[in-house]
Amino acid sequence: MRRPRRPLFLARAPYRRRRLRDAARLLPVLGLFLLLLPLLWTPEARVSLTAGDVVYFFAVWLILIALAAAFAPGLRGGDSGGEDED
Amino acid sequence: MPFNLLVLACLLYVAFLFAVAFVVENRAARGRLGWLRSPVVYTLSLSIYCTAWTFYGAVGYAARSGLEFLTIYFGPTLVFIGWWVLLRKLVRIGRQHHVTSIADLISSRYGKSNTLGVIVTVIMVVAATPYIALQLQSVVLAFGVFATAAPDSSRPLDSAQIAVWVAVGLAAFTILFGTRNLDAREQHHGIVTAIAVEAVVKLVALLAVGSFVVWGLAGGVGDVIARIDAADLAAWQVQPGRWTGLIFLSAAAVICLPRMFQVMVVENEDEGHLARASWAFPLYLLAMSLFIVPIAVVGLERMPEGANPDMFVLTLPLAEGQGALAMLAFLGGFSSATSMVIVESVALATMISNHMMIPLWLRLRPGAAAADDLRQVVLMARRLAIAAVLALGYGYYQVSGGSGALAAIGLIAFLGVAQVLPAMIGGIFWRGATRTGAILGLVTGLVVWAYTSFLPSFGPGAVLSARVFAEGAFGLAWLRPLGLFGTEAMDPMIHALFWSMALNALAFCLGSLLTFPGPVERLQGAAFVNVFEGAVGPQRWARGQVEPEALLAMAQRILGEEAAQALFQTAARAQGKDGFLPDPTPPFLDSLESRLSGSVGAATAHAMISQLVGRATVTVEDLMAVASESAQILEYSARLQARESELTRTAGALREANEKLTQLSLQKDAFLSQISHELRTPMTSIRAFSEILTEGDLPSATVARYGRIIHDEAKRLTRLLDDLLDLSVLENGAVQLTLGLASLQGMIDTALTAARATRPDREFLVIRDLPTEAIYLRTDADRLAQVFINLISNARKYCDAARPELRIAVRQRAGRVTVDFIDNGKGIPKDARRVIFEKFARLSDANRAGGAGLGLAICREIMANLGGSVAYLPGQGGAAFRVTVPLRLEVLAA
Repeated sequence: MRRPRRPLFLARAPYRRRRLRDAARLLPVLGLFLLLLPLLWTPEARVSLTAGDVVYFFAVWLILIALAAAFAPGLRGGDSGGEDED
Repeated sequence: MPFNLLVLACLLYVAFLFAVAFVVENRAARGRLGWLRSPVVYTLSLSIYCTAWTFYGAVGYAARSGLEFLTIYFGPTLVFIGWWVLLRKLVRIGRQHHVTSIADLISSRYGKSNTLGVIVTVIMVVAATPYIALQLQSVVLAFGVFATAAPDSSRPLDSAQIAVWVAVGLAAFTILFGTRNLDAREQHHGIVTAIAVEAVVKLVALLAVGSFVVWGLAGGVGDVIARIDAADLAAWQVQPGRWTGLIFLSAAAVICLPRMFQVMVVENEDEGHLARASWAFPLYLLAMSLFIVPIAVVGLERMPEGANPDMFVLTLPLAEGQGALAMLAFLGGFSSATSMVIVESVALATMISNHMMIPLWLRLRPGAAAADDLRQVVLMARRLAIAAVLALGYGYYQVSGGSGALAAIGLIAFLGVAQVLPAMIGGIFWRGATRTGAILGLVTGLVVWAYTSFLPSFGPGAVLSARVFAEGAFGLAWLRPLGLFGTEAMDPMIHALFWSMALNALAFCLGSLLTFPGPVERLQGAAFVNVFEGAVGPQRWARGQVEPEALLAMAQRILGEEAAQALFQTAARAQGKDGFLPDPTPPFLDSLESRLSGSVGAATAHAMISQLVGRATVTVEDLMAVASESAQILEYSARLQARESELTRTAGALREANEKLTQLSLQKDAFLSQISHELRTPMTSIRAFSEILTEGDLPSATVARYGRIIHDEAKRLTRLLDDLLDLSVLENGAVQLTLGLASLQGMIDTALTAARATRPDREFLVIRDLPTEAIYLRTDADRLAQVFINLISNARKYCDAARPELRIAVRQRAGRVTVDFIDNGKGIPKDARRVIFEKFARLSDANRAGGAGLGLAICREIMANLGGSVAYLPGQGGAAFRVTVPLRLEVLAA
C-alpha cells in the first residue's frame, strides 16, 4: 500500500522537532563513543585506578543524563502527528 | 546488635510493604490511583534493575575489577537515553497489542506461535533461576554477617532455614498481590507501588552508607580521591573486549529481562512516563553507583584481609559500631532482593501459565472447558507457577551451595536472557523476520549459552565432565566449552557472549531469509513493525459460524461474568442491538481476542477463539483477496469521485441553462409588452385623427395637417414594423447577405452622408484618418453601412458636448478590421452599458427622435451575421463603439 504523501519541506517548528528526534537518536551513539574512549588510554602505563577515571565517567554520565532531560519534553510533545519515522 | 531485633525489623518492614500494596490495590479497585500513576512511580519501579547483586555485589565487583562494574549501568543508560529509537516502539507495541510478557511479545509477533512462547519461557526460567538463587543467597549472607557479628550469637536459625523462610515469605507476598485478579492488561498496581517504595529504601540506604564512608570514615571528598589514587584496586587493566561486551550485555539485558519488561512495558500506564524515565532512571543508576568506589576503597583499607568485599556495605558500618546504619543497609539489600524476586516471579508465572499450563490444560480437557470457570484455573496456574519458580530458585541455591561471586552469576543470567534480543529486535524492526528464524535463533542461542556459560558455571565435573572441559564434547577439540573453534584466548564471559549472540543472530537471519512466513505471521509482522502508522489493515477473522452465546460463555470464564457481559453489551449497542449478544462480526472478534489476550496471552486467546469460530487461521489467499479487495475499493471510490465531479459540472451547466431560460422568458414578456406599447402609441393617434376627419366639416388646412400627422404616424409604424421584421430575420440567421468587395472609406462616407439627416441642425466635427481607411473588405457593404449609420446617428442624437466631435479610427490587425466611433460626450454610464444592446433599450426619453430603441440590437445582430461584433469601448473620454469585422468574410453555409 502506498504511504500517504508527505510534504517535502517543513515549516520551522516541525523542522526543529524532526531535528530534535534526530538528536535523540544520536545521543546513545555519542554516549557510546564517550564511554569507549578510555579504551584508547594507554593501559600499560597505568596499572591502578585513578580518581581521574572515576571523575571522567561520572561527568560523562551526568552530561548524557542532562542532555536526555533536555530532549525529553520536546520529544513527548509533538508525537501525535501521525507517522514520524523520518 | 541482637539478631532477633534484626528479624523483627525485617518482619515489620515486610508488614509495611504488605500494607502499602494492600492500600494501593484497594484504591486501584475503586479507580482512585491519582499520583500513584505518576512518572515518578514508574521510574522508581524500573529500579528493580538494581537487585541485591547491585546493592552488595557492585562493591565487591569494584574491589575485584575496578571500574568494570560501571558497564552494568552504562548499558541501561544508553538504552534509556536512546528511548526514542527502541523503548518507545516497544512500549507502544506492548500497549497496542496487550502484551503480557516478553514471551507473549515474541509469540504474538511471530504469528501467535505457542512454540515460541514455550521456548522463550524456558530460556527465561532457566536464566532466572540462578538469579533468584542469587537473591536468596544475598539475604542469607546478610543474615550471616549479623549473626557472626552478634556477641550473644545464639543463632536461632541456620542459613538453610533462613533461605526457606525468605522464599516462603516472598511466595506468599507475590501470590497475594500478583494473582489477586486477572487484569485485562496484567497490571499490578499494589506490587508496582511496593517496588517503588523499596526503590527509595535501597537508594537511601546506599547513599547513607556512602555518606558515612566518605564523610565519617574518610575525610571528605578530597580525601577519598586521594585514597582512590593510592589504593591498590585490582585494576584499571580494562580489557577492551570485556568493557565493550559488558556494556552491550547490560543494554540487552535491560530490555530482555522478564522483570524489566514487566515494569517497563506491561505495567506502563502512559507513554509520556517513558520520556521522564529516559533521564530519571539513568540518574537513579548514577546515584546508586556514586559511592560504590569509595566504599570499596575504604573497605579494602579497613577490613581485615580475606573479608568478603560483597558484604562491605554491611560490614563497614558494623565494624564501626553503627548498628542503626547497618540495619538500614540490611533493609536496603533486603529490599533489592525481595523486589527483584517478586516481579521476576510474577513475570515468569505469567509466562508459564499462559504459554505452558493453560494450553496444556485446554488440550487435556477440551470438553470440560465450557463448564469450568477458567479464571480460577488461570489464577491457580499462576500461583503454582510462582511457587515453582521460587522453589527452583531455592533448589538451585541449595545445589550450588551458594558458591561463586555474585557478579559472575548475575552476568550468566544476563547472557541467558540476552538470547531473546535478536528475535525481539528483528521482530519489531524487520518485517522479514519469520517464526522459523526466531525458533532457530533462540534454540541455537540457548544451546550455545548453556554449553559455554551456564553449565560450565557449575564447575568441572558437576554437569559437564572434566574431560569435556579439557578435550571438548565428543573429543573434538574445537568444541571445548571455553574455547569454541579454538578461541581459548578470549575471556570466558566474552567468549560465551560472542559465540552465543553471533550464532543466534546468524541462525535467526538465515532462518528468516530462507523461510516463508504464514499469513498470521505476516499480519502480525506488519502490525508490529508499522505500529506507529496507525491501525492494522485487514481483519484477522472472517465472519464465522459461531454462536454468540458460546463466545459469551467463554469470555465469562476468562474475564469474569460482569466484565464479559459489559463487553458484550457495549459491542451489541455499538452494532445497534439490544441485549448482550452482538453479531460475531470480524471487528468484534478482533476486539474480543485482544481483550482475552490481555488475560491469557495472544497465542492462547487466538487458539480459544479459533476453536469456537472454527476457522483456525486465515490463508495467504485470504490476505491477497483482502488486499485486492481494498485496491478495488480504492479504484471504485476514485471512479465514484470522478463521476461525482462530472455530475457536479453537469448540474452547474443545467442550472445556468435554466437561469438563461428564465431570463429569456422574462425578456420575451418584456418584449411583448414593449412592442404592444410601441405599436399602440401611433395607432392611437392615427385612430383619433381619422375619427376627427370622418366627422368632416373641417377647414382644409386642418384636414391637411391631420392627414400629415396620420401619414407620419403610419410611416413611423411602418418603420417600426420594418425594424422588427429586420431584427427577426437577422436573429434567425435567415438573412440574405450580398457579399462583395467594398471600400471601407466609401462605406464610411455613405454613412456620414446618410446620417446627416438625423438632427441636421447640429454641426459635427468629424475627425478621420483617411489613409488608414483605404481598405477593401469582402463583406455585405449595405449591411455594414447600416451599422455605421446607426452608430453615427446615435452620436449625433445623444452627444451632449457643446462642440460635438466624432472621431473615426480604423485599425487592421490579423485579418480583422476594427472601426471605432468615439464622440466627446459624457458617454454611457457604467451600469447602462450592459443593456444598450438589448431591444427597446433607451437610456433617456430626452431625445426621442423616432426609433423604438431597436437600433443597437439590430447592429449587434448584423455584426453577428457578418462574422464580427460591435461593443461598447470604455475609457475613451466619451461614448465609443468598436465595430470589428473580418477582412474577408468567408461564405457561411448559405
